[in-house]
Amino acid sequence: MIALQRRADPSRLMGYLAPLLALGITLLAGLMLFAILGVPVGAAFYAFFIEPVSSLYGWAELGVKAAPLIIIAVALSIGFRAQVWNIGAEGQLILGGITGAAVALMFHQNDGWYVLPLMVLAGIAGGMAWAAIPALLKTRFNVNEILTSLMLTYVAVLLLSWLVSGPMRDPDGFNFPESRMFHDAALLPRILEGTRLHAGAMVAVGVVLAGWILLTRTLLGFALRVNGAAPRAGAHAGFSQPKLIWTALMIGGGCAGLAGLFEVAGPIGQLLPSISPGYGFTAIIVAFLGRLHPVGVLFAGLIMALSYLGGESAQITLSLPLAVTGVFQGMLLFFLLATDVLINYRVVFK
Amino acid sequence: MSISAYLKQAGRVFGAAVLSAAALSAQAADPFKVGFVYVGPVGDHGWTYRHDLGRQAVQNEFGADVETTFVESVPEGADAERVVRKLASSGHDLIFTTSFGFMNPTLKVARDFPNVKFEHATGYKRADNVSTYGARFYEGRAVIGTMAGMMTKTNTVGYIGSFPIPEVVRGINAFTIAMRKVNPDAEVKVVWVNSWYDPGKEADAAKALIDQGADIITQHTDSPAPLQVAEERGVLGFGQASDMSAFAPAAQLTSIIDNWDQYYIDRTRAAMEGSWESTDTWGGIDTGMVSFPEYSADVPDDVKAAAEVVREGIIDGSFHPFQGPILNQAGEEILAEGEVYDDKTLLGMDFYVQGVQGELP
Amino acid sequence: MNETLMLTVLTIITAATPLVYAAIGELVVERSGVLNLGVEGMMLAGAVCSFAVAHHTGSATLAILAGLLAGMLLASIFAFLTLSLQSSQVATGLALTIFGIGLSALLGQSLVGIAFAGLPSLHIPWLSDLPVVGRLLFSHDVLVYGSFAIVLLVSWFLNRSRAGLVLRAVGDSHDAAHALGIKVIRVRYMATLFGGACAGLGGAYLSLVYTPMWAENMSAGRGWIALALVVFAVWQPGRLLLGAYLFGGISILQLHGQALGINVPSQLMSMLPYLTTILVLVLISRDRGRIRRNAPASIGQSFYPTS
Repeated sequence: MIALQRRADPSRLMGYLAPLLALGITLLAGLMLFAILGVPVGAAFYAFFIEPVSSLYGWAELGVKAAPLIIIAVALSIGFRAQVWNIGAEGQLILGGITGAAVALMFHQNDGWYVLPLMVLAGIAGGMAWAAIPALLKTRFNVNEILTSLMLTYVAVLLLSWLVSGPMRDPDGFNFPESRMFHDAALLPRILEGTRLHAGAMVAVGVVLAGWILLTRTLLGFALRVNGAAPRAGAHAGFSQPKLIWTALMIGGGCAGLAGLFEVAGPIGQLLPSISPGYGFTAIIVAFLGRLHPVGVLFAGLIMALSYLGGESAQITLSLPLAVTGVFQGMLLFFLLATDVLINYRVVFK
Repeated sequence: MSISAYLKQAGRVFGAAVLSAAALSAQAADPFKVGFVYVGPVGDHGWTYRHDLGRQAVQNEFGADVETTFVESVPEGADAERVVRKLASSGHDLIFTTSFGFMNPTLKVARDFPNVKFEHATGYKRADNVSTYGARFYEGRAVIGTMAGMMTKTNTVGYIGSFPIPEVVRGINAFTIAMRKVNPDAEVKVVWVNSWYDPGKEADAAKALIDQGADIITQHTDSPAPLQVAEERGVLGFGQASDMSAFAPAAQLTSIIDNWDQYYIDRTRAAMEGSWESTDTWGGIDTGMVSFPEYSADVPDDVKAAAEVVREGIIDGSFHPFQGPILNQAGEEILAEGEVYDDKTLLGMDFYVQGVQGELP
Repeated sequence: MNETLMLTVLTIITAATPLVYAAIGELVVERSGVLNLGVEGMMLAGAVCSFAVAHHTGSATLAILAGLLAGMLLASIFAFLTLSLQSSQVATGLALTIFGIGLSALLGQSLVGIAFAGLPSLHIPWLSDLPVVGRLLFSHDVLVYGSFAIVLLVSWFLNRSRAGLVLRAVGDSHDAAHALGIKVIRVRYMATLFGGACAGLGGAYLSLVYTPMWAENMSAGRGWIALALVVFAVWQPGRLLLGAYLFGGISILQLHGQALGINVPSQLMSMLPYLTTILVLVLISRDRGRIRRNAPASIGQSFYPTS
């Protein structure tokens, strides 16, 4: 009989080995899946894991796709550590896109250097404002933030749809639901010529660093961790429960809003009825996949982004339907999550 | 000619034959690649499903000479540009991007790949290597509007809209104008579900409209759910995108079918033969892009005849769905007798005509 | 009773039933201390499998059973990962949603565009023929009655039965429950499978009754609404029924409002169900004590028997 036995301390070695093991199992399971579907196995793996990053452009796209995931996931993992369940980052992202775009459109005849910084501030403020609603309702009326943040995501989607087909519509766009294209001063600078890699990718790395410092080197980080382990214990570190809830949601909302602004001012370049393919939700997986640690989140975000790019490339080179990608992606996540058990437990044979 | 010279000559001819055979087989092994970018899943049984049937038609038409690829459920946003670029850089010669939201990404990529031909559906921006295409579905709406006007008993027709964009508003107006030509007392009630595709919500909208007196349901959303409701409640309706009679054998009077097959085949052939040019196609009933299945057996002969008059009139140009006089909701004339709206007005239509209830959101 | 009003009520029942199924299952799961965010994926698996079986066998009973089993099957993956292998519940649930969406699309490839007559309404002699009441209460299909039965059953189970007491104990403090000799993992396995079965039934309702067909992603986010409703209900079955009908009701009424020509942008009208739910929750959440009594304290946390 196989059983699990808890380790006295988490295994560092397993921390590194577990993802490799997961990858190995995924390869095996993928082998079976692709064999059942009659897809050449080697080509499938090549399409999923190698082809997307076989060029500089591919690496840049990986950064474009991973940046919003990482920015949001780092912020969320700080909140999750404090047991604040903000699952509405998608809505906060959308609001950040809206407020940032509003600034861009307001200054569309202005080439000043300050346009972009203003947009960034507006994006962060938009995300924070949207997250402030669950924070206020939680601290003031004790309303569960899972429900409010989730419901507000749907409201944000509809709000965006209304704005782009009404007040923020391109005046020369035949009344189609989209804003005008942003002018150059409102677009993020690109950091790699010939690709779409934008300044947001650098910010993502900065957010990882900041998150890491916050968690390990500051009193707030300590309070967050303590609060997660034993609610109200954080008060001993000088942080009351409401203060922690507000902090967690403001960090989450601000970063999600920033990510939203980066999407509209970076790869998209205008406001559309849909500006995110669910980054706010995917970031939740990324946060846990990265074990709620900023550095882990960095890698998890890259893996997650790669699996999306791989799905596209599998469709193009192998004509694999998207459904297969979903199944494969689900399996990859299952294995990554499952093998983490080895960090805290050892397998014993009785 | 000496023997050896003859042999040399023969060898050369044979060698050339081998070479050209090799060239031929290389050509066969390197087919013309056509890529498609879809906004929804091919299994939506609506918009994307119809485009994928067009892709299959291309594949069947050219067989091994053409290789088709598609990427489905591509979000309109940052991802679209990467997908289009991947198709362009992986040897695709012709790429169809089949949703309005892909317009700017398509143009961005087209700038970097001048030798690849692009076709963008429903947009208005073109370039030397970017064509646009769309279908005048509003012509079909005029045909079914005529039928609805003659067949409604409650003089209330329900219209399920997706998003209040010009494409949908144009359809509502064309439907209403045609309906009131045959029945000036009939009115259209519009309900927006704010989704292209949510079977449950579409069904709910159909029920709400029927509960408020509509005895005919028509829709500008993708799923057959509203027709199923019509069938269940014993009212009538029209299919959308496909022939949906399997879902509502009694309720579906006819359907407006999106038919991209011929266009995709023609454009692929043109690109293969080198005669492809950047064009703006807005095809109507005459091109077959907008087509209809057989009328259901329950459609009375006079209704059938009236519908045929409109359909044939649109084809030969004697009938225009937007022909003056057209009145706005307040009853004021906005288009004088004898005039028709030009394509630019149609493309950006953002007002309701008389006979539509409620205000345009 | 006015005919329109009655029809509207019938529509609301249809809109609320899949939410009731998915949410009541998740309620039991969460009461046992487990948070499964994979409801959407399990619903889709249920929808595609029950439709496939209905199409191939023509048997409604088998179809419903298939939906139930498909939901359970997906839930068993989640249970194994989170309960036996201690993986993170939040992340595993989200992964389950991705997996379920993909799997259902893969299985349903050949089912697109196929029609199915739908489940027949049950005709109960005499009762169904009553005026008004007969149509309102006694003219539904078996799954609608089932949804009410299941809520009653769960309510009785949680509040009146010994096993329910055990389940709640596990959800409130797994360590204390373990100390009392309760097999925590086994209880949570059973709760999770029950949740999967219910989500599967909710999916079956979608593809057999609500809109009898299969189309990719046809649940269109209802699994997420179900999750929110559990929170809305403060983990109480009765209030969950209220929440599902409130949400379904507002969704339908805003469509009626549009058809009546109420002059508000449709996007803002579509926000109403979400905003109302938040507002009502604000009103009922102010009583802090009540929520603390019902919320499962150890929700989302892994359990490992230490002794």
